[in-house]
Amino acid sequence: MSAAAHTDHGHHHKESFITKYIFSQDHKMIGKQFLVTAIFMAVVAVILSILFRIQLGWPGESNSVLSFFLGDTWAPNGILHRGMYLGLVTIHGTIMVFFVLTGGLSGTFSNLLIPLQCGARDMASGLLNMISYWLFFLSSVIMLYSMFIETGPASAGWTIYPPLSVYEETIQGSGAGMTLWLLSMTIFVASSLLGSLNYIVTVLNLRTKGMKMTRLPLTIWAFFVTAIIGVLSFPVLVSCVVLLMMDRLLGTSFYVNDAIVGSEILEQSGGSPILFEHLFWFLGHPEVYIVLLPALGLTSEIVANNSRKPIFGYRAMIGSILAIAFLSFIVWGHHMFITGMNPFLGGVFVFTTLLIAIPSAVKSFNYLTTLWRGNIRFTPAMLFSIGLVSSFVTGGITGVILADSALDIQVHDTYFVVAHFHVVMGLSAIFGMFAGVYHWFPKMYGRMMNSKLGMVHFWLTLICAYGVFFPMHFVGIGGAPRRYYDYSVYTGFDNAQYEMIMDLNVIISIFAILGGLVQVIFIFNVFYSIRRGQVATQNPWKGCSLEWTTPVEHVHGNWPGAIPEVHRWPYDYSKPGMDEDFVLQTVPVRDGEEEH
Amino acid sequence: MEMKLIVLVVIVLVAIAVAQLMRVYELTSKIRNRREEDIDLRVNNINAMMMIAFLAVFFGSAVYMLFKYGNGMLPEAASIHGQDVDWLFNINWVIVFTVFFIVNGVLFVFAYKYAYDPNRTAYYFPHDNKLEMLWTVVPAGALAVIIILGLMTWNKITGKPSENAVVVELYAEQFNWTARYSGDDNKLGYADYKLVTTWSANPNPLGVITTNNIEWRLKELDSTINAMHTDLAKEENLEVVYSVASLEKMRKKVEKLERIRERVALMQTNYTDSTDVIAADDFIAKELFLIKDQEYQFIMRSRDVIHSAYFPHFRAQMNCVPGQRTKLKFTPIFTTAEMREKTGNPEFNYILMCNKICGESHSNMKMSVVVGTAEEFKKWQEEGNTSLVVASVN
Repeated sequence: MSAAAHTDHGHHHKESFITKYIFSQDHKMIGKQFLVTAIFMAVVAVILSILFRIQLGWPGESNSVLSFFLGDTWAPNGILHRGMYLGLVTIHGTIMVFFVLTGGLSGTFSNLLIPLQCGARDMASGLLNMISYWLFFLSSVIMLYSMFIETGPASAGWTIYPPLSVYEETIQGSGAGMTLWLLSMTIFVASSLLGSLNYIVTVLNLRTKGMKMTRLPLTIWAFFVTAIIGVLSFPVLVSCVVLLMMDRLLGTSFYVNDAIVGSEILEQSGGSPILFEHLFWFLGHPEVYIVLLPALGLTSEIVANNSRKPIFGYRAMIGSILAIAFLSFIVWGHHMFITGMNPFLGGVFVFTTLLIAIPSAVKSFNYLTTLWRGNIRFTPAMLFSIGLVSSFVTGGITGVILADSALDIQVHDTYFVVAHFHVVMGLSAIFGMFAGVYHWFPKMYGRMMNSKLGMVHFWLTLICAYGVFFPMHFVGIGGAPRRYYDYSVYTGFDNAQYEMIMDLNVIISIFAILGGLVQVIFIFNVFYSIRRGQVATQNPWKGCSLEWTTPVEHVHGNWPGAIPEVHRWPYDYSKPGMDEDFVLQTVPVRDGEEEH
Repeated sequence: MEMKLIVLVVIVLVAIAVAQLMRVYELTSKIRNRREEDIDLRVNNINAMMMIAFLAVFFGSAVYMLFKYGNGMLPEAASIHGQDVDWLFNINWVIVFTVFFIVNGVLFVFAYKYAYDPNRTAYYFPHDNKLEMLWTVVPAGALAVIIILGLMTWNKITGKPSENAVVVELYAEQFNWTARYSGDDNKLGYADYKLVTTWSANPNPLGVITTNNIEWRLKELDSTINAMHTDLAKEENLEVVYSVASLEKMRKKVEKLERIRERVALMQTNYTDSTDVIAADDFIAKELFLIKDQEYQFIMRSRDVIHSAYFPHFRAQMNCVPGQRTKLKFTPIFTTAEMREKTGNPEFNYILMCNKICGESHSNMKMSVVVGTAEEFKKWQEEGNTSLVVASVN
């Protein structure tokens, strides 16, 4: 159903349970479906991480939590099976990166906010939108199912480098588990593409009267550019995955070359594993920004709103988003400095990668200036946004070390990398997502979340998050490789260092377990508030953008009457000469008033 | 069982307690007519104070960890370029930590300082081109320095090795390493994966090409193929019965081995005695012995999946990719004995670890590395730690 079809009858339709809650084509409902699915997937991924953190903190010790979740097959006598350790790591990474932070984050907030903040009745294509969600659901089910098969889930790391991911003989998880992984990812990409195309078309075509591109909230800019990055890079992942499937199932040799597996000599010849890495990271690096940009967009909005100040440097913020998006396509080689790639090419990637620090710095400083002389309300959303700025900076600067190829040699594939991307991408994106949920919950469910619980949730999460990832940098500087089942290898050459690593690993594991448990507060808050939260008012946060002009009760078509017209940008907070400290976008510009 | 019961009871009690607390919260909110979005000054100030408290703890623990773990994690770099890398690291750390402390400091202090005050209005400040220019140009300048220094070091590390660099091959397989020294001619004998065999008559684990090795490999292939043909003939004569699937598998395998045999036979025409000479002095070892102050050029190969040769103490790393040769060079500058003294650890050893996920036993894949003098190297060789790759000729 196109949005245009709604213009003259934007009232409530009589809908059955199935069309309203399950096969809904309403963007708000689809956004909520994405959110609930993502929360479920995140819970799974967090449990997986706790399981392998138990092994890393207390290697080889019998643990009843391990036996409870993994049973005798994967944790005989409560000790984690080596293959399953790698399986846990792989699926944790896959779920977090793709299902929670890509599908969950973009899926929830692009769907919810694009029509509401652009002033559209719905997405350009409600049907495609619905299909996008159900493909996402299907791929989630397949990914979860892959953990319950006899040979275990894919366990070659979330980057599934061939030939390890090609030959079942090299690792058990590269059997049926890997086939399911590849199948799930292919479906996931289809879902993501349908969603992204829809977002792009909606933003370009369905903005209400007066909503110039330069009057769009930064959230929409972030979602819009994210969708473009997705449309350009995800197809490359599909081709990458399909070629890998052919290598596995049809005996082609795109990625494999002259290998002997077990004692079996293989004929596949002439391919290159490095080709896979190029294709994979051509998606893989833009993917980082697919995850990060929506979080930055959400928090730009929240920081401005709760500082009661316009976001500082609106145009520079848009410029930075565009610059980051462009640069994200020409930096993938920094994942491959030590693959034997031509060192000159490596040098070029050093240059392009470090350039990204400039727009990132601009964004960080603009956040700080927005806080400066503001009047800050510490809502849970605002707290998480401040947390995001901190993690974005703290994680971003270690990227400077990793982008420098000469230094990357030493810390490549160590826990330093793990710490870096978890802080800059994982924490920032998840903080952005939390902030978004707290802030737009009244728009999703018409009720308020409990703010006190939200505050407790934030402080405990922030402390645990840094408790996990700050010490992890030092483990990496010590040269501890990632994806190691344990560090017993160190006892053979440097016991002192082994003890330091184990000291830190125990601290990290304790914080990881606590941090996981703390999320119960959030989940409780969400589901409790859906049923019993305080009923929301129309504009609880005194925001300027269009979504706060819609009624609290969801209406199919968003506005009961005509779509409002827009006259100004969405950041007129505390504007001198105005009656209140915020001016809705729908308020016409007064005589003699400067727009901004 | 009792334990489980107790856990269950506790969970139920907690759930009841939470439900009651929420009920009380709801009621008090209703009585006081308090809305979730209202700013409670007291709570807002608590959050502001928390910002400062968190900042203090955050910075405090950062400094503590820096002192406790910053230098102790790895000893001084034990290679020439490693010293450059450490120097570059230190410069970058200074920049990185300066930014870390300033930006995080400003962030949390601003959050504290500009907490809500009903008597104040926020300052309408939408943009300022000068300021924005400032924080585009300053990071760009800092990055220019980082890029230039980084690339200078990078070019040094990846440049051509000098002519007297000793060539050593590192061969990776699940889950161990083999080193092949190029011997007196400093040239590695050619290798081909089709010749790799652990056949006891003439083992050739690295697939080194010599005319002799080709001949032996053909013999081995012939005997395997013949044995399989015999099995298949038995099936045809109904002496044994195989399942359709395994029969198909056997036929395919024979066909494949015949094709590989053909390709190996072709090698006979391409390689002559001159190939043998290059390989004749190559020797392999299960431990990597390096001579102090001698430059080494490592050539990496892999038998099965991608591995990564990681020498943390020499600040050196390179992937080993099946079907390709990758290169890495470095010059060790401290012997193992010297390093033991430096670290004050009489049991210290250098190590080569695998640093690319390569299978279940990835974390066990290592080779010990020893650095000594030229005399010690000779002694090590004489002690029988090495074997010629063509040892079993004749």
